[in-house]
Amino acid sequence: MIEFSGVSKTYRVARRQAGMGNALKSFFSREYTLVHALTDVSFTINDGEMVGYIGPNGAGKSTTIKIMCGVLTPDSGTCIINGRIPCKERIAHVRDIGVVFGQRSQLWWDVPVADSFDLIRDIYRVKENDYRKNVNDLTELLDLGEILQTPVRNLSLGQRMRCEIAASLLHNPKVLFLDEPTIGLDAVSKIAVRKFIQRLNTEKGTTILLTTHDMQDIEALTQRVLLIGRGKVLVDGTLAGLKKHITSRKTMTIEYRGQPPALWEGMLPVQSDDGRLVISFDPSEIPVSQAITRLAQTTELVDVSVSDISTEEMVAKLYKEYSL
Amino acid sequence: MRLYWNYFLMELKSQMQYKISFLLTTLGQFLTAFTSFFGIKFIFSRISGIDDFTYGQVLLCFSVIMLSFSIGEMIGGGLAVFPNLLREGELDRILVRPRRIIPQLIVPNMDFSRLGLLLQAVIVLCIAVPVSGIQWTPQKALVFGMMIICGSVIFFCLFLMIAAFAFFIIGSLDFLNIFTYGMRQFGRYPFSVYGDTILRFFTFVVPLALVQYYPLLYLLDREDSFLYMISPLLSLLFLLPTLLLYRIGLRNYKSTGS
Repeated sequence: MIEFSGVSKTYRVARRQAGMGNALKSFFSREYTLVHALTDVSFTINDGEMVGYIGPNGAGKSTTIKIMCGVLTPDSGTCIINGRIPCKERIAHVRDIGVVFGQRSQLWWDVPVADSFDLIRDIYRVKENDYRKNVNDLTELLDLGEILQTPVRNLSLGQRMRCEIAASLLHNPKVLFLDEPTIGLDAVSKIAVRKFIQRLNTEKGTTILLTTHDMQDIEALTQRVLLIGRGKVLVDGTLAGLKKHITSRKTMTIEYRGQPPALWEGMLPVQSDDGRLVISFDPSEIPVSQAITRLAQTTELVDVSVSDISTEEMVAKLYKEYSL
Repeated sequence: MRLYWNYFLMELKSQMQYKISFLLTTLGQFLTAFTSFFGIKFIFSRISGIDDFTYGQVLLCFSVIMLSFSIGEMIGGGLAVFPNLLREGELDRILVRPRRIIPQLIVPNMDFSRLGLLLQAVIVLCIAVPVSGIQWTPQKALVFGMMIICGSVIFFCLFLMIAAFAFFIIGSLDFLNIFTYGMRQFGRYPFSVYGDTILRFFTFVVPLALVQYYPLLYLLDREDSFLYMISPLLSLLFLLPTLLLYRIGLRNYKSTGS
């Protein structure tokens, strides 16, 4: 269980204006600005939960993860993970967690992946039997068979990320932190990674906290979403609930032949091209079936699709709502 | 222990991947170090002694400091990458592993091309010992061993201290190299030749004289007090401020954004 209560963290950052004169000046006297990375953040994540942690750049996501990993010490408040305070009992704590920093490698650049795995086995003192079993399972699930003997520097980003995830799981962590695990991956790799994360959570019951800017990650993986902005938790709820909170309207995209359809009251045009029209409406006022019927009366419909507001749009709206 | 041995092997392997580069660097280290050796040789071709020390005795100082430096640098020299490591946020990766931090920093960054320097120091030692005029006894051999080991520890501490400064100062720390490479140059001669002020500095601030000048006096039977004999061990007190600085730095660690 992860318990965050009243955690605050402030950085002191040296500030100076551009230019040579100011650079010289800052050599003698420095001005500092305080950056409040986290302000009184509290939440609880239960065992086996998978939580998406979203927020714009600089919102405090990485700081949160670093506190959870024991890398940073909070200024005030407490963070307790599985009964331990990470920064106090660093070594005991990190034995139980796995971390994947999407933009940083934990593998050794010049040696084959398999050698890196062996070293990680030694670092975490994984028993030989468990290790063999884990490597076999992970090789199969993440399709690593052909790349295990390749030096990391020769891997593609997608291959490397799969290896990174495998590396973070060799010691059977109870909690896994994924910091932007799909950043820069192609569509196929993204889907493979997502599938694997999903399976890990349902089959092994690993608690997973996932930060990402890719809303499809959130959509595919998490029930619960934590939105953080300017160092504060703004929303803590389900994805569906969030969408409802933002808007209950639906979006309908139609393709038609001939003249454009006449719109009824309550239907707002969002976008209109030649032969294609996007409208939004509230299904509690106009039921979906009626909307289609009415449109079909004035034009020849070729194709119709109805969707909720996209997660991307929703998050953009959320950021706007909280003026982030 | 197995971990660090494997770490060590892996590092050796990956440095050996670039065989020619490795051999040339090692050879270069070996050759450049000889220039300072010849410097001493030429000085002594004109004069017979410096501050009551003969050619052989100065060479002995030279080789003790060289040996200490090359061992210290082979182990701790890799810490020079520490400021970069900090800037790139690599320390995070080290912190999320269930192992002590300093070995994780040292082992992957060992520089084996320093073997060239080590080899050269051993050769100079072999030249110096027969002409140093020391009456060897088992105790003296023990003291001599302590000089080298404790000297290596001090040089290692210097490297660690400089690395720990990176916690507080962002930017180039090259000027701090006077405390490592500069000390090596100073240490070619017994520290007393530089006068009392410098000798005091090397006794109480950076205690290199405790592994070189004072025990040398014991080896030469000029001083026979117990204090002179164990002076190399006293120098290990230097570990205290070093580790303190490192601890404070680590507590101040801010990490970088990602």
